[in-house]
Amino acid sequence: MSWITARRRHPAAGYAVVVLGLVLVGVVYAALAGHGASAAGVPPGASKQEIAQGRQLFAVTCASCHGVNAEGTARGPSLIGVGAAAVDFQVSTGRMPAKESGAQVPQKPPTLDAAQTRALADYIASLGGGPAIPSPAQVNAAGANAGLGQQIFVAECAQCHNFSGAGGALTYGKYAPDLTTVTPTQMYEAMLTGPQSMPFFSDTTLTPSEKRDLIRFITATRSEPNPGGFSLGRIGPVTEGLVGWLAGIGVLILAAMWITAKQRER
Amino acid sequence: MTEQGNQPEDARASAGGEHGRVTRRRVIGTPPPAEARRLLRDGGAPAQPAPPPKPRMLPADPANPERAKRAERIVATCFMISFVASIAFIASYVIFQVHSVDRVFRSNLGLGLSMTVAFLALGAGATVWVRNVMPKVEITEERKPLASPRPDREAFAEAFEEGTEASQFVKRPLIRRTLLAASTALAVAPIVLLRDLGPLPRTQLRHTAWKADSRLVVLGTNRPLKPAEFASPGGIITVIPEGTDNDLEALAKAAVLIIKFRPEELLAPTVMNWTVDGIVAYSKICTHVGCPAALYEHTTHHILCPCHQSTFDAQRGAKVLFGPAPRPLPQLPITVNADGYLVAQSDFHEPVGPTFWELG
Repeated sequence: MSWITARRRHPAAGYAVVVLGLVLVGVVYAALAGHGASAAGVPPGASKQEIAQGRQLFAVTCASCHGVNAEGTARGPSLIGVGAAAVDFQVSTGRMPAKESGAQVPQKPPTLDAAQTRALADYIASLGGGPAIPSPAQVNAAGANAGLGQQIFVAECAQCHNFSGAGGALTYGKYAPDLTTVTPTQMYEAMLTGPQSMPFFSDTTLTPSEKRDLIRFITATRSEPNPGGFSLGRIGPVTEGLVGWLAGIGVLILAAMWITAKQRER
Repeated sequence: MTEQGNQPEDARASAGGEHGRVTRRRVIGTPPPAEARRLLRDGGAPAQPAPPPKPRMLPADPANPERAKRAERIVATCFMISFVASIAFIASYVIFQVHSVDRVFRSNLGLGLSMTVAFLALGAGATVWVRNVMPKVEITEERKPLASPRPDREAFAEAFEEGTEASQFVKRPLIRRTLLAASTALAVAPIVLLRDLGPLPRTQLRHTAWKADSRLVVLGTNRPLKPAEFASPGGIITVIPEGTDNDLEALAKAAVLIIKFRPEELLAPTVMNWTVDGIVAYSKICTHVGCPAALYEHTTHHILCPCHQSTFDAQRGAKVLFGPAPRPLPQLPITVNADGYLVAQSDFHEPVGPTFWELG
């Protein structure tokens, strides 16, 4: 004690206390977050501890819009019954937590890691019902029928997402996103949970095997040769061609005027 | 300006006739000196004094020889670039073989680029040539009158009259009238082809392949649906009447979008007797010009047509919210059959697809 008493009036004492406090907070937070990471391997069904972590995360990152108990507010819908798949889709594609409200929440790099996403998903699933996160085997499209996938795609998906999955516009600033980077799990979850404007395609309407066919088709089209350019969805560099043609015609007209212009004798 | 001084050399050579032919080195790209010139003259006529030279319209030499010299080099460079590019065109035809998308791309790039450079360099060279080497003198040339000279016109009229008389067209009414009859019939003949624009569609536009007890099967997989299998509110799926999956003409009219609502969400003027437990069926064919209207937003219940942005409210009988569509998407009456599958109660009660005048 005398050691502290002797030094408490030292000019650096105040800084030392602040630093100590920060370190303490950091250690406690890391301990909590670390527990989340260690629980990543726990299968859904989820321990009470994990759900508690999910609830804590929810209180920090989601509750301001979705309500303290996920009951929904004017800024965000209720999440009771949306299921783990919806949470995994929204968080793993970076759409949630949203930065701002608008016509549509855009995709961005995810802000929560896989363990945090899982904890959140388990918490929301614990509130009741909803589709679970599909297993890797469930979304494994190896050997699926891309031909049937294409038939389903053009009937159900292409109207919004474009015939090659390039996405397109909807009403009042909403849009269907492009499908060029979305993972098979995310595709499966999107069909199950109907994120934002997208309608639902439940497993009884489009069976899991048909969903795998779809996933196979979408992933297979990515490796097809693409003519490039600002392509409007694999049409090829038509836009550049139009601009080039119009600008080129203008330049040609100017050139023709210059060639035939009357010259002064020098 | 003496005669001797201005007479061109080759003219003097030709003046010597056959005996006076002088062998000279041909310059590539110029006419052969002696003979060519002589052909234009009086073909071997005896030597005569050359006519005095006409006053020149264009100066023979450029005003600024320094500038012309520089331009000459540029022009020659352009022409050489064009030459090389043309060779490159031939080379790329040989080098870049086709038979795959990537190879065709490379072949097109090679051919297109080389041909572009070839033409561009040629044009640029010609332009520099015209602007910097050729003289800049304005020349006025009178245009000839458009009408033929009077004697020509008189001669034509005379010949026409003579011809008419000689053909006996006026004197022989039998020939004249039969010819007129033949050409009139020939002119009328193609009109009968207009018949092929018909026959009128009669009631075809008012009916589709849907009939009572047609099961609703999913387009693509041909699986019939039970209401319990289509139970997520906000869900959609495209269905067709069972057994029409190979009949594209039937499908073009019969494609239907079914949408699942919570039963209390559906509002008038949706016909509630035509729905099953919140499942409502609308024609997928836009009533404007017949595009597949199926961009469905489950949050707003809007069905959007991708062609002209016609927007329909699926919650309220697909009434038109926006766009050029003149009437709601027709609603298909559906029910559940004894086996529990979704079936049509009947065909549509109004024509599907593009709206027409006689719709009534």
